[in-house]
Amino acid sequence: MNERPDPREYLRDGPDLTGAELDRRLTETWRDAPGFIGWLCSVDHKSIGRRYLVTAIVFLSLGGILAALMRLQLSGPNHHVLSPDRYNQIFTMHGTTMMFLFAVPVMDAMAIYLVPLMIGTRNIGFPRLNAFSYWMYVAGGALLWVAFVVNVGPDAGWFSYVPLSGPQYSPGKRVDVWAQMVTFTEIAALSVAVSMTATILKQRAPGMTLARTPLFVWAMLVVSLMVIFSMPAVALASSMLMSDRLVGTHFFNTYEYGDALLWQHLFWFFGHPEVYIIFLPATGFVSEIVGAFSGRQTFGHTAIVLALSATGLLAFGLWVHHMFATGLPRMGYAFYTSASMAVAVPAGIQIFCWIATIWSGRPRFEVPLLWVVGFIVTFVIGGLTGVMLASVPLDLQVHDTYFVVAHFHYVLIGGAVFPLLGAITYWFPKMTGRMMSESIGRWQFWLSFVSFQVAFFPMHILGIEGMPRRVYTYPASMGWGTLNLLSSLGAVLFAVSVVVFVINMIVSLRSGARAPANPWNAPGLEWATSSPPEPYNFAHIPVVRDSTPLWSPELTFARGLRVEDRELVMTTVLEAKPDLREPSAQPTIWPLVAAAATTVVFIATMFTPWALAIGALPVAVALTAWFWPKDRGPEGEPVID
Amino acid sequence: MATSADPRPSFSTDLEPLPTHAFGHRSLTWWGIIAFFLIEGTAFVLAIAAYFYILDKEQAWPPPPFPPPTMLAGTLFTVLLLLSEIPNTLVKLAAETHDLPRVRRLLVIISLIGAVLMVLRGFELNSLNVLWYQNAYGSAVWMLMVLHTTHIATDWFDTLVLTALMHTDHGGEGRRFVDCSENAIYWRFVWLIWLPIYAMVYWLPRLV
Amino acid sequence: MRRLLPLGALVLLAGCAGIQSSNGRDGTHGALIGGLFDKFLWTTVVVYLFVMVLLALAIVHGRDNRRGNAGLQGEPPVEAEHGWRSGLTAFAGATTLILAVLAIATWFTDRSLARASANPALEVEVTGNQWWWDVRYKDPVSSYIVHTANELHLPAGRTTRITLKSVDVIHSLWIPNLAGKQDLIPGRKTALELHPLHTGRFRAQCAEFCGMQHAHMALDVSVDDPQAFSTWYAAGLKNPPIPTGGQALAGYLLFQTLQCSSCHNVSGTPASGQIAPDLTHVASRRTIASGTLPANHDGFAAWVQDPQQAKPGNHMPKVPLSPAELAAVTAYLETLR
Repeated sequence: MNERPDPREYLRDGPDLTGAELDRRLTETWRDAPGFIGWLCSVDHKSIGRRYLVTAIVFLSLGGILAALMRLQLSGPNHHVLSPDRYNQIFTMHGTTMMFLFAVPVMDAMAIYLVPLMIGTRNIGFPRLNAFSYWMYVAGGALLWVAFVVNVGPDAGWFSYVPLSGPQYSPGKRVDVWAQMVTFTEIAALSVAVSMTATILKQRAPGMTLARTPLFVWAMLVVSLMVIFSMPAVALASSMLMSDRLVGTHFFNTYEYGDALLWQHLFWFFGHPEVYIIFLPATGFVSEIVGAFSGRQTFGHTAIVLALSATGLLAFGLWVHHMFATGLPRMGYAFYTSASMAVAVPAGIQIFCWIATIWSGRPRFEVPLLWVVGFIVTFVIGGLTGVMLASVPLDLQVHDTYFVVAHFHYVLIGGAVFPLLGAITYWFPKMTGRMMSESIGRWQFWLSFVSFQVAFFPMHILGIEGMPRRVYTYPASMGWGTLNLLSSLGAVLFAVSVVVFVINMIVSLRSGARAPANPWNAPGLEWATSSPPEPYNFAHIPVVRDSTPLWSPELTFARGLRVEDRELVMTTVLEAKPDLREPSAQPTIWPLVAAAATTVVFIATMFTPWALAIGALPVAVALTAWFWPKDRGPEGEPVID
Repeated sequence: MATSADPRPSFSTDLEPLPTHAFGHRSLTWWGIIAFFLIEGTAFVLAIAAYFYILDKEQAWPPPPFPPPTMLAGTLFTVLLLLSEIPNTLVKLAAETHDLPRVRRLLVIISLIGAVLMVLRGFELNSLNVLWYQNAYGSAVWMLMVLHTTHIATDWFDTLVLTALMHTDHGGEGRRFVDCSENAIYWRFVWLIWLPIYAMVYWLPRLV
Repeated sequence: MRRLLPLGALVLLAGCAGIQSSNGRDGTHGALIGGLFDKFLWTTVVVYLFVMVLLALAIVHGRDNRRGNAGLQGEPPVEAEHGWRSGLTAFAGATTLILAVLAIATWFTDRSLARASANPALEVEVTGNQWWWDVRYKDPVSSYIVHTANELHLPAGRTTRITLKSVDVIHSLWIPNLAGKQDLIPGRKTALELHPLHTGRFRAQCAEFCGMQHAHMALDVSVDDPQAFSTWYAAGLKNPPIPTGGQALAGYLLFQTLQCSSCHNVSGTPASGQIAPDLTHVASRRTIASGTLPANHDGFAAWVQDPQQAKPGNHMPKVPLSPAELAAVTAYLETLR
C-alpha cells in the first residue's frame, strides 16, 4: 500500500469496484485519524458541522439562562435580583451571545453538515478553512464568556453605540472584549461563507443545474453572499472602535472631527442584513421540510429563489430604519419607509408557496411539519409588526421599546428557531442514525409554541404602553407589572420546552429508533447515503436529472473518482457539467495552530497594539505550514488542458 | 428507492477522463479568491465611505493646521506598483503555459519589487504630515494606509512563499501553476484598490 | 384559530393609557401617529386573519388529499400548477398594493406631522446627561431664561420646539403621550416639536441605552393651561429666599461649604456648579434624581444620605453627614420652592 501505483492505474470507483470493497477503501482514505489528535485534525464537514451544532446549542443554553435572569428581574417592579451593572452586562451578553454565538453559527452548523450532502459531494470546499472557522468561533465565544465570568463582560449593549462604548464612557476592558469577540466571529462567519459559496457553485453533483439545486442550498448561497458583503462593515467598525479605545484615534470622537453616527451607519449596514442572514437559512429549512412532508416538490421553486435573492438585495437598503430617531433628513422618509416595507413582498411570496405546497400535496403532519405550521402562525405576526416598524412615524413611537423586543423575538424565534427545531428533528436521523422521539417532540412543540406566545405577545402591549428597552427595573406606578409577570411565566415555560428538546436529542442519540437511509421518504440527495453517512459521503457520486432525485424511478451514478486519494469532482457553475477532478485537503493540525496563534494575537491586542506586529509572525508561519503541499498528492497524472 | 450504497448501481457518467487542474473560474480556488476579493473590496469601499463621511462634516480638509501629505514617496510607490503589473502579467502567462524556469525568474523579480514597495511605503507613512491620534482626518488617512499596507505585506509574503515553493520539487505540479496564476490575480486587486486610495490620500486634500 | 382570541383581548387592553403611553394621544403628533397606528393595526390584523384562514384551509385540504390519495405528487407538470401560479401572482400583487396604501398613509401622516411642527411659540433646550435632563427655556433676554432640571412645563394648545443636545452619550427623549422620540447626540443638534392638546401630567423616559442608570432617567412633564404656565414661568425667574435662621440656615451654610455647591446651582446664592441638576426650585418639583424619589422631606433625606442607594452608579458622591447635618441640608432643600 505504501508504493504509489503507476499514474494510469489509480484505483477508481465504478462497476468493478463497488460495494463492501469500495467502502473499505474509501473509508481508509476519508476517515479521520483515530484518537484525540485525529479529532483535532479533522477537516470532515460532518465532524465540523456537528461540533458547530453542539457548541451553538451550548451558547443557546447560556444565552437562555441570561434571558431567564432578566425575566426574573423584570417579573415585577423594583426588583433587586440583579444590580444595574450586572443587568446591563447580562442584556449585552444575551444579545451578543444569541446573535453572534448562536443564531449565525447554528445556521452555519446545519449548512456545513448538510450542504455537501445535499449537493452530492464528498467534502466541503476549503475544508481546512472550514475547520479554522470553527476554532475561531470557539475562541471568540470562550473569550466573551470567560470575561463575563470574571466580571469583564461587555455592558454597552450588543450594538455598542459610541460614545457610550468609547474610551471615555466605557473605560476598562469590557468593550474591548466585545469588539474582539466580534472580530473572531466575523472571521469564522466569513470563512464559512467563502467555503460555502465555492462549494455550492463548483461541487454540485453532475446534472444538478442551478434550477435543480435544493432550496436550502439556494438560501445558503444567498446568505453566504450577504455575509461576504455585510460582515466587513462590522469588522471595520469594531476595528475603528478598538483603535479609538486603544491607540487614540478619533473616528467617533465628535470633538476631534469624528462622528458618533458613523458607528451606527456601519453597524447597521451589517446589522440589518444579519437578521436575514439568520432568517433565510430558516426559510430554506421550511422549504425542504414542506416539500418532503407534503410528498411533492415545494411549489414555486423559481419564485422562492427569486424571493430569497430579492430579500438578500433589499436587506442592504434598510439599515437606516434602525436610525429613524437620530434626526435623518425628512426628505428621505418616504424612501426608507417604502424600501423597508418592500421586504414584506418576498416574505409573503415564500409564505404563499409553502401554504400552496401543503394545500396541493399530501401533507403528513409529523413533528418537522408541525414546526413549520407553528413558524407560519408566529412569524407572520413578526413580519406584520415589521411592516409597522418600517413606517417612520410609527417607528418613532415604538422604537427602542418592548414592542420592538416582541417584534424581533417573533422574527428570530418564531421565524428562525422554530424552523431550526423542525430542521434538527428532520435531519437528526441523518446526522446520528437515530430518530428523535415523536411523542416528546409533539408535546414539546405545543409547550414551546404556547409558552412563546405567552412570553412575547404581552411585550407588544408593554411597548405601546411606554416601556423602554434595556431598563433594569421600572416603577410600580407604571402599571407594567402584570404583563411583565405573565411574560416571565411564559419565558420560564419556554426555557423548559427548549430543555425538553435538548433532552430529547440526548436521549434519542442513545436510544432512539434506528434510522434507515431515508426515513421520511424525502427527495434530496442527502437521503441517498447511509444514516449517518460514511466519511466519504457517497460511494459513487450521484447524477441528478430533476430537483427530486430520490423520487425518480432510478438514480444513476458517475464513476471514475480516485479511491486512494481524496478527490472531488468540480462541475460547471450553471449547468453542473463534470469539468475537473480536484484534490480535497487531508486532515491537518495547522488550522488549529493558526487559530490558536490568531487568538493569542487578538487577545494581546487588547493590551498593546504591538501584539499585531509581533504576533503576525507565528500566524504567518502557521498559515505557510497550512498551505505548503505535503506530498506530491493526487498529482502526477498527465496535464490535460 | 436508490441509494449510493446499492449493490448494483448503474453508471451514466465517467469522470476518469477529466483533467485534474484548470486555470481561472474552472478551479475551486479561483472562486475562493474571488470571495476574498469581495470581502476585502467591501472593507475598502466602506473605509472609503467612512473617510468621505468624516470629510463631509468638515469645513476644511485637511483641518488646519495640518498640510496635505507630501507627494513624492506616495507617487513613486504608485508608479512602481503600476509598473509591477508588467512582470505580474508575464508570470501569469508563463504559469498558464507551464513554463517553470520563466515562472521562477519572474517570481524572484516580483519578490524584489515587493521589497522595494515595502520600503517606499515606509517613507510614505512618514510623509503623511498627520498622525492617527491627532484628529479624525488623521485617523481616516491612517486607516486607509494601514488597510492597504496590510494587503501589500500579505501579498508580498504570499509571493515570497510561492517563490520558495516554485523552486522546490513541487514547482512542476500543475496545481502550483494555478497557484501562481491566482497569486497574480490577487496582486491586480492590490494595485487596483490602491488607485482610489492614492487619489483620496494625496489629491483630495489638495482639491477640496 | 385560538390565537386570535387573546389577540383581540390584548388589543382592547391596550386601549387604557397611562401617563407614559403612546396610546395617550394627548398631543397633536401623538394623535396623528395614533391614528396611523390604528390604520396599520386593523390592516395587519385583517391580513393576518386572511393568511391564517389560508393556512387552515390548506391543512384541511391537504388532509383530504392524503385520505383520498389526491393532490399533486413529486414534481408536478407545469399545467397542473397553472392555477397556483396565478394565485401567487395575485397574492404578491395584493401584498404590494396593501403596502403601497400603507406607505401612502404614512406619507400623509408625515406631512401632517410636519405641519403640526411649524411656527413654534416657545423654544426649550433640553440637554441629556448621564442620567438626568437639563432644561433651559430660551429667551433673547438672558434674565428671562428659566433653567431647571428633570421637569418640563408646556403650555397647552401651543407648539413648543425642544432643541436637543447631549454632553456625554446618546440619549433619546420620548414623551409617548405627546409625540414620537428623538435622539440627543453629542456633537449634533436635533429637535422635537410638541403640541399638547390639553392639560395633564405625563412622564417621559430616556429611550436610548445610555449606561448604568438608563432605567432611572425620567422627565416629569406638565402640560398647563397658558395662564398657569405663565405663573410657573414667572416663579421660575425668581430666586428662592435665603433662609434666615434655624435648621434651614444651617443647611444653607453646609450646602455652600461642602461639595454640594461645586456641582449644583442655586440661583441667588454662591452655589453655581453647572455639572449637576439645577436646584434653584427643586422643592417645587414632584421628583428628584430623574424620577427616582419624590421631592419631599423623605426623598431629600434618603437621597442626600446616600445617593448610591436608590440609583447606584450615578455621578453624585456620598457626602458623609452627621444626622444633624443631614436634617439641616434636607430642611434647606425643602425651602427651595
